[in-house]
Amino acid sequence: MNIPYLTLITFIPLLGAVTVLLIPRKYEREMKGLAVALSLVPLVLAAILWLNYDYSAGTMQFQEEHAWIPTINVHYRVGVDGISLPLVFLTSLLTVICLFYSSYTIKERVKEYFAFFFLLEMGMLGVFVSLDFFLFYVFWEIGLVPMYFLIGVWGGPRRQYAAIKFFLYTLTGSVLMLLAILGMYFAEGTFDILEMARLRPFADNFTLQSLAFWGIFAAFAIKVPLWPFHTWLPDAHVEAPTAGSVILAGVLLKLGGYGFFRILLPIFPGAFHHYAPIIAILALLSIVYGALVSMAQWDLKKLIAYSSVNHMGYVMLGLVAAASAIGTSEKFFDSQAMALNGAVMQMFNHGIITGGLFLLVGVIYERAHIRDLKGFGGLGVTMPVYYGIVTVTCLASLGLPGLAGFISEFLVFRGALSIIPLIAAIAVSGVVITAAMFLWKVIQMIFLGPLNEKWADLPDMQRWEVITMAPLLFFMLLFGLYPTPILNLINGSVVKLLSGL
Amino acid sequence: MSWSENLRLLSPEITLTIFALLVLGLDLAFKRLKDALAYVAIGGLLLTMVVTALLFGTQGSLFSEMLVVDSFALYFKIIACLATGLVILSSIAFMKDKTPYRGEFYGLLLLATLAITLLAGASDLVMIYLSFEFLSLTCYVLVGYLRGDPKSSEGGIKYFLYGAVTSAVMLYGISLLYGITGSTNLAEIGNALLFPASPAASTPWLILPAVIFMLAGFGFKISLVPFHQWTPDAYEGAPTPIAAFLSVGPKAAGFAILIRVFLTALPAYQIDWVAILSGISLVSMTLGNLVAIQQTNIKRMLAYSSIAQVGYILLGVVAAGPETYGITGVLLFILAYLFTNLGAFVAVVAFSHVTGSDEIADYAGLLRRAPLLAAALVVFFMSLAGIPPTGGFLGKLFVFGAAIQMGQKVFYFLAVVGVLNSVISLYYYFNVVRLMFFLPAKDESSLQIPRSLVLAVAVTMAMTLLMGLYPQPFIDLATRSVLTVAMLSPP
Repeated sequence: MNIPYLTLITFIPLLGAVTVLLIPRKYEREMKGLAVALSLVPLVLAAILWLNYDYSAGTMQFQEEHAWIPTINVHYRVGVDGISLPLVFLTSLLTVICLFYSSYTIKERVKEYFAFFFLLEMGMLGVFVSLDFFLFYVFWEIGLVPMYFLIGVWGGPRRQYAAIKFFLYTLTGSVLMLLAILGMYFAEGTFDILEMARLRPFADNFTLQSLAFWGIFAAFAIKVPLWPFHTWLPDAHVEAPTAGSVILAGVLLKLGGYGFFRILLPIFPGAFHHYAPIIAILALLSIVYGALVSMAQWDLKKLIAYSSVNHMGYVMLGLVAAASAIGTSEKFFDSQAMALNGAVMQMFNHGIITGGLFLLVGVIYERAHIRDLKGFGGLGVTMPVYYGIVTVTCLASLGLPGLAGFISEFLVFRGALSIIPLIAAIAVSGVVITAAMFLWKVIQMIFLGPLNEKWADLPDMQRWEVITMAPLLFFMLLFGLYPTPILNLINGSVVKLLSGL
Repeated sequence: MSWSENLRLLSPEITLTIFALLVLGLDLAFKRLKDALAYVAIGGLLLTMVVTALLFGTQGSLFSEMLVVDSFALYFKIIACLATGLVILSSIAFMKDKTPYRGEFYGLLLLATLAITLLAGASDLVMIYLSFEFLSLTCYVLVGYLRGDPKSSEGGIKYFLYGAVTSAVMLYGISLLYGITGSTNLAEIGNALLFPASPAASTPWLILPAVIFMLAGFGFKISLVPFHQWTPDAYEGAPTPIAAFLSVGPKAAGFAILIRVFLTALPAYQIDWVAILSGISLVSMTLGNLVAIQQTNIKRMLAYSSIAQVGYILLGVVAAGPETYGITGVLLFILAYLFTNLGAFVAVVAFSHVTGSDEIADYAGLLRRAPLLAAALVVFFMSLAGIPPTGGFLGKLFVFGAAIQMGQKVFYFLAVVGVLNSVISLYYYFNVVRLMFFLPAKDESSLQIPRSLVLAVAVTMAMTLLMGLYPQPFIDLATRSVLTVAMLSPP
């Protein structure tokens, strides 16, 4: 029997949302337990898919297709390959972690919180598995609404502003993408994403091709976010509740990155190649600017938010390196593949590492109720476990060999250096700045120096907090030392993507 | 044509007339019936819908082609019945303590519906004018129905003055068109303009004023910029269910007649009216959205929002062509808009019935006081802003899609302005959501909403979502109802 794995993965969160809403308020404890248990189901299913995915082919697998709106040729069409599967796994993993963490920290409007979180998960998973533009767009937009509420209801002091800013920014990009999708549909008569990559819409009309390209680019660049579309990000991150920040950094930014891989690169390789210099500059600016601005922050959450701009810049660097070499020479193929492998893996790594960093910010903020780096100092003595975990995560984030971040950044730079050497060489400075930033700003300011007496009796991490971080640390170490499982998964599809260009 | 056939074609109108008279008569005979009459009226509307549905697929005309019966007209008749039915459902509780004259109220609503059904099928300028005035007169009375409330009277007077002037201007436009072509029948006018008897007989310089003058009338009904100024005042002053009715019923009728006149009588001058309507569409959506942002009264906000919405719909009319989804989009959009906008208004009726306020600020903390009402409003606002999975998204998809389908720069531009306007609109729609969800209530008491209003909100919300999740049957219906014109042949 064919089990519709992807449908189950996508819609079990919806079931979760409904279930949570139906449970009466007095059974709050049970509701939280049930919610975490339900969120484990997509994770287990995603793990099953990972184990059963046929690496060698790199094709779309576990596909399902049903007619939805025959008049305009819209289908419910889902499938995963080596690019989307790690992100599906990441999404379900981070959701479990976030719900687990939130079941301890969220005290008010608990039911709505869990329901919105489940809806958000459905939207994100839906984007990663959709193979139909219409479906893709629907899920893309559905994800916005719960995030808006998560920021606006459970966020910090400026949450109302941050919530609507997030919504308006991303919606602006989305609607332009919608027009581009409609344009492609009327040119080719299909919403099938894979078919569209074969048909190459507007091949004979570069103006229209460019319009469609930039329309879609806007949606994804805002989501990633690429400089100069990033200004919503610090606000949203700083005001969002901890778990919201985790999902925002961990998954929502990947929606944009994933869009480049699934849609923009395969469908418009020509335009992508043509505009690669512009995008390369934007990626470079994201990397350097993100790192510098991050270093200038004294608010811990803002610092990590800007470091996301920097880290997602590496993803864009890998992409743009691959795009620059399209149609030039066969000898670049390996470099292209390396850059893209690195970029996909970087998305996964950034999800677990930065997701972890935001959780760790939550840990200290729950205790001290400040995030100002100048207000700490010497906590290494009183909170040794926390000190250790933060250090490992920071080192992973700055790209220390042996931890996951290194592998992906190395691959991106190794690939990019042979294709766009100058840009890549300048971009390496981002790694240096990030290292300085994490060591000086985070480790030194919080944990070293004389103990700030105010925090003398701050309790160390509790067991449930360590449990929350454990899976993330596990993957940082695992993929830092032995990246083969994830790279094998990604590589097959990346090679297939490249040979299709 | 035989009598029985004529009666069959006219059955929706006959049913409506009988029930309108029945409601008025019963009200006169039995003083205590009042609220039961609402259910009689709803029953009449349901019956009319059944009768109309049975006619689907029929093509015919009546009274020497004064009225035609085609799927396009039938579609709008169903829209009218749906709208009035939901409005009456939401009036039962609301009007109870506002006026003792509720029997006439329901009777007038049925007569207004009759006017819309006539307008939907009118294919002669005289018939158009007569049913147009019929609709306006019933609506004037309904807007000013709360005699004791000065705002209601003010709204009624404003609506009447605007209506009187614009319909006079429209009549002048009609007379010009008649003067040019020598006919009042739309198809004959269309032929006369496409194939003028002699070069001298074609008078293009007179067509443009005629079009613009007639647009004053249509634009007034639809509340297009620059004929929109009455809208916020009339909506604010009118009893809220009537504001809901005005925002859907007459607008749908206005679109029906606008499309029929322009596509049947004026295809020869399509380039000209497309240019005019494009401009109006652009200004309507932009102005409506920008002014809506500043409103503090939710009825006024919804009034400006409706001005923006008709701007989007007009985009579909502009992008009408034999190959495009333009008119399909208009039909879908209007249906989605019916459920969405009526839903939003019904929610406002419910809120104002219980709290007595229409101020946006008073919606703060509604989530705690009436969670389902707040959730329903989120769905309606999502739909109005065009966020999936709602009917509003479907409508916009088709309308903007049709503009893209035209494949010309100016239409791309219109589509871009359209979608950016949706982003602007999200700001003020979600401002209400912000208040409802993010802020605490001044008064935490939970709201007890009458059952009839709960039913109306539930129906509209379910339909809004259904149109987004399973749109195929609605698309089929709209596709079947597209006006088949532009197939005129030389006489």
